Amino acid sequence: MTSTISSTGQRHGTLGTSASRPDGVTKVQGGFAFSSDMWADNMLWGATLRSPHPYARVLAIDVSGAYAIDGVATVVTAADVPGKLTYGLIVQDQPVFAAIGDTVRYSGEPIAAVAADHPETCQRALAAIKVTYEVLTPVTDPEDCIAGTAAMIHPDGNIFRHQRIISGDTSIEGVIQVEGEYEIGMQDQAFLGLESALAIPDSGGQGLEMYVATQWLHEDRKQIADCLNLPEEKIRLVLGGVGGAFGAREDISLQVHTALLAMKAGRPVRISYGREESFYGHVHRHPAKIWMKHHADANGKIVKIESRMVFDGGAYCSTSPAVLINGITHTQGPYKCENAIVDGWAVRTNNPPCGAMRGFGVVQACFAHESQMEKLATAVGVSPVEIRLLNAMETGDRMITGQIMDSVAPVAQCIRETDAIPMPVPLENSADLRTIPGGTGLTAQPSNIRRGVGWGVSIKNLMYSEGFDDFSTARCRISNGVVTIKFATSEVGQGFTMLAQQIARTVLGVDEVILDTIDTQVGSAGSTSASRQTWMSGGAVQAACHAALAQLFDHVATKFEMTRSEIEIDGTDIMDRLTQRRVSVSDAISEIDIDCTEEYHHPPTEDLDKNGQGNCHVAYAFVAHRAVVDVDPELGLIKVVQIATAQDVGRVLNPLAAMGQIEGGIAQGLGLAVMEEIIVKDGKVRNPSFTDYLLPTFLDAPAVEMVFIEEHEPKSPLGAKGIGEPPCISVTPAIANAIRQAVGRELPRVPIRPYDICL
Amino acid sequence: MPVFIPRNVDELVDVFQNHPSAKLLAGGTDFMVEVNLHGRKPDTMISLRKVKELTEWSVRTSQTRITIGAGVPFAEMEFGEIARLVPALAQAARTVGSPQIRAAGTLGGNLGTCSPAGDSLPVLAALNATIHVIGPEGSRDIDFVDFMVGVKKNCLQTSEFVHSVSMPIVDGWQGYAKVGTRNAMVISTASACLVRDSDEGFVSIALGSVGPTIIRAHNAEAWLMKTTSLRAGAQLEASVAQEFGRRVSLESRPIDDHRSTADYRRHAIGVLAQRLLTRSFS
Ligand SMILES: Cc1cc2nc3c(=O)[nH]c(=O)nc-3n(C[C@H](O)[C@H](O)[C@H](O)COP(=O)(O)OP(=O)(O)OC[C@H]3O[C@@H](n4cnc5c(N)ncnc54)[C@H](O)[C@@H]3O)c2cc1C
Repeated sequence: MTSTISSTGQRHGTLGTSASRPDGVTKVQGGFAFSSDMWADNMLWGATLRSPHPYARVLAIDVSGAYAIDGVATVVTAADVPGKLTYGLIVQDQPVFAAIGDTVRYSGEPIAAVAADHPETCQRALAAIKVTYEVLTPVTDPEDCIAGTAAMIHPDGNIFRHQRIISGDTSIEGVIQVEGEYEIGMQDQAFLGLESALAIPDSGGQGLEMYVATQWLHEDRKQIADCLNLPEEKIRLVLGGVGGAFGAREDISLQVHTALLAMKAGRPVRISYGREESFYGHVHRHPAKIWMKHHADANGKIVKIESRMVFDGGAYCSTSPAVLINGITHTQGPYKCENAIVDGWAVRTNNPPCGAMRGFGVVQACFAHESQMEKLATAVGVSPVEIRLLNAMETGDRMITGQIMDSVAPVAQCIRETDAIPMPVPLENSADLRTIPGGTGLTAQPSNIRRGVGWGVSIKNLMYSEGFDDFSTARCRISNGVVTIKFATSEVGQGFTMLAQQIARTVLGVDEVILDTIDTQVGSAGSTSASRQTWMSGGAVQAACHAALAQLFDHVATKFEMTRSEIEIDGTDIMDRLTQRRVSVSDAISEIDIDCTEEYHHPPTEDLDKNGQGNCHVAYAFVAHRAVVDVDPELGLIKVVQIATAQDVGRVLNPLAAMGQIEGGIAQGLGLAVMEEIIVKDGKVRNPSFTDYLLPTFLDAPAVEMVFIEEHEPKSPLGAKGIGEPPCISVTPAIANAIRQAVGRELPRVPIRPYDICL
Repeated sequence: MPVFIPRNVDELVDVFQNHPSAKLLAGGTDFMVEVNLHGRKPDTMISLRKVKELTEWSVRTSQTRITIGAGVPFAEMEFGEIARLVPALAQAARTVGSPQIRAAGTLGGNLGTCSPAGDSLPVLAALNATIHVIGPEGSRDIDFVDFMVGVKKNCLQTSEFVHSVSMPIVDGWQGYAKVGTRNAMVISTASACLVRDSDEGFVSIALGSVGPTIIRAHNAEAWLMKTTSLRAGAQLEASVAQEFGRRVSLESRPIDDHRSTADYRRHAIGVLAQRLLTRSFS
């Protein structure tokens, strides 16, 4: 077998090349089967009845009306849950369905589910279920929970977690002090592929198979098994085609409901949410209020940070405690500082539940610290770049948690490289009006526009924290000349399937790599979140391939009489360095059977103590953003012209995929800066549709000029850092800072609304 | 559910008369949202797609008026001859949704829905367009101001439909501007169309999304015509444009909702009026 060699002498499809994605062509052509395209013979449709009230006691549920409708197969309520009545990622405080006598705690909470022969029948059945509520006054202000003045809305109480960080010399005062109170709105992950699951019960009713769009198959399976009172091995979870995740698929949404319906009906059932239901069905980014005060010496060197952070977790816990920890442990941002007093709260309210979203708590903290850095620069009288370079963190620094920064930390380099990216050309009078603020609305002339420049720099932890062993598993089989890789890593669109092939091609010297079904018939891969899969599952695939390679080398050494210690992969050959003898990998593997499964674990971490001290995070990545933004100060409209960015990526494994992550993350951070917000009033979502929950369009997207900072991370199995989250974190404050500079207002809240700028 | 597909206007009149509860379907960009999102359940549908007459447009030989069929999609108004003759309509059409929506959505559908945020409507109001309506009793012409009677309400009677819209070809400047929170594909939070007839020395301005119907700012128009010349070659003082904006804003009647606030809408509509007027002189 020959292999293709590119002009640079590198084989196509190996690590470092822009290998194409196995799912790319079908996705572009519309042939890819998303989980909502799944179908089974004899399948029923499922649908969920939800509470219209944010807080109410359920007095009675009468499902008889639903059963009276032709075509309705079954209805399930809390009374039908055979196992655990609640689920949740960290604590199981969220009911599968609200039970009679219990309360619903957010508007949209599930009460019952139906399965019927047609989606339309389901809708009629839902309308026929009578629920009697005693409506209660919702708790919507997190401060009431902290003060203890709010009604207890859950037996676990209204505080998910309270954690302080007390670090270093807390009595120190800076000659320069800047402070601010910042607010971050509730952002939605807004993935395009809506929630969907298909459950197929086995004929004996002893178990089931499920196709789910999720971020973490094994965790889903555990929670489903608990609620169904089935042993985990009786449930096989298969990844249904996933159209984006961004954190919204970390928690259970429709999994247990679908499984319950299928088991009760004894027939396959699929539930697929529509866009509106999706807004009720998954957790969102925590809205937060953050007060921060920076103390600096006369030169601007930060000497102490004080902060108070309040995250509104909504009705159920989800990952709130972990989000809070991420927020407070990133208070200092990518800057040197050992002295700090931070007080963090994550509380329960009757607002929509919040949990994981790209950036996971760090987005909120970063908006605050980068807003502060701009104020500090002004107070000291230096440029935004100077103040950041002056304070830039380095490897070896002690952070406010006492943890020593032991990742590669090219903060100053990120800032300098970003600064070196050329500025866009100034706005010309002849500019196409559609490209200036107001866009196709033609609201402005170039003479109405002011341009601002703003900076944002961030630090983001990678992998799970606080003692959690989020390992990954992969299996490499070589059989009859075919290499097959198996893992349970959720491919949510990030391109892990492509990366797994790249790793196998590189390690084993083969061109063809078969990917086995992504399901629970191999060990856990952990969640596709926390920027962790390239590092963790990439590490597992690499380890499995290396284990297989070792066996292959044993075999080759004997069979082809090579020196075991001297053989290596050279392109698509196995070569003996001593004798220069070669055999092609394809020949070498044609008659052997190798099967290796490996786990990859990151070094252990610790819990924080009561003063917030402890080695709680595994590793970190950094990025700098410079935003150039055109603003129409009179109308408050905005066009982000250019984002320049230099990102600490460790090593680029696939340039095109890396660009995709960075451009996409920037668009998401831009959304939070100027338009994306779930508007909640009195506990109710006011804009549960893409008509009113606005996402950036192509005319809103900026030109992105990027530089990869490639300093291999020695701790990482592939030398690469996770790159999924950083792009969306500091771009938000960079844009806010640019708008502030253009209009001279404080603008302490994102998204910045037109009227914040001009009224 | 029966679906009728009339081939011409006469068939359409007949079938609509015989099925007065039927719903008309043009591009479906509003109607299908009603069905899919808001659970609307029509009992009978009449598809307008095949009624060729509705998809045509024509210019009077005197070149003074243009008549556009109800079934003409926005995509066709964005460019070409219609855009040259009624540039404000082209600008309004360009702001509607995405390319897919503009390919399907029609002028008749915009009038059928009659939302205060309907982007073609301020243009029709500013141009004093006439809505040509056909029903069982024959046809009638309705001024746009009388056609739209409330939020998503028009004066169509049972079994009446919009056949076409006719408007003057104005010698002068006209423009449409729309404020939304993103730069494309957005429902307007405030919009305005200004038409300056430099032959007649006349100005009209109509406002969208700042009241239950499209609002013509008659007082501001009258004040402006009294204060300054609008004929070709005239000059505009900046202070006049500013005062015009202030007066237009006084005539708006906006509300607070999840898309924006009344204060912002009142402010924005004044800025748009001022800018459109200034543009009409440059
Ligand atoms: C994603 C999206 C974005 C949108 N963006 C915009 C926007 O920016 N600006 C905007 O103005 N609109 C927007 N709309 C709304 C919609 O596209 C417009 O209102 C369009 O003009 C509707 O035309 P249609 O042909 O699709 O109407 P349909 O949906 O077919 O019909 C709409 C209504 O009009 C009635 N109707 C249709 N034709 C006639 C007729 N000849 N006589 C009488 N009644 C009739 C129908 O019975 C129905 O009640 C958007 C819609 C979507 C889905």
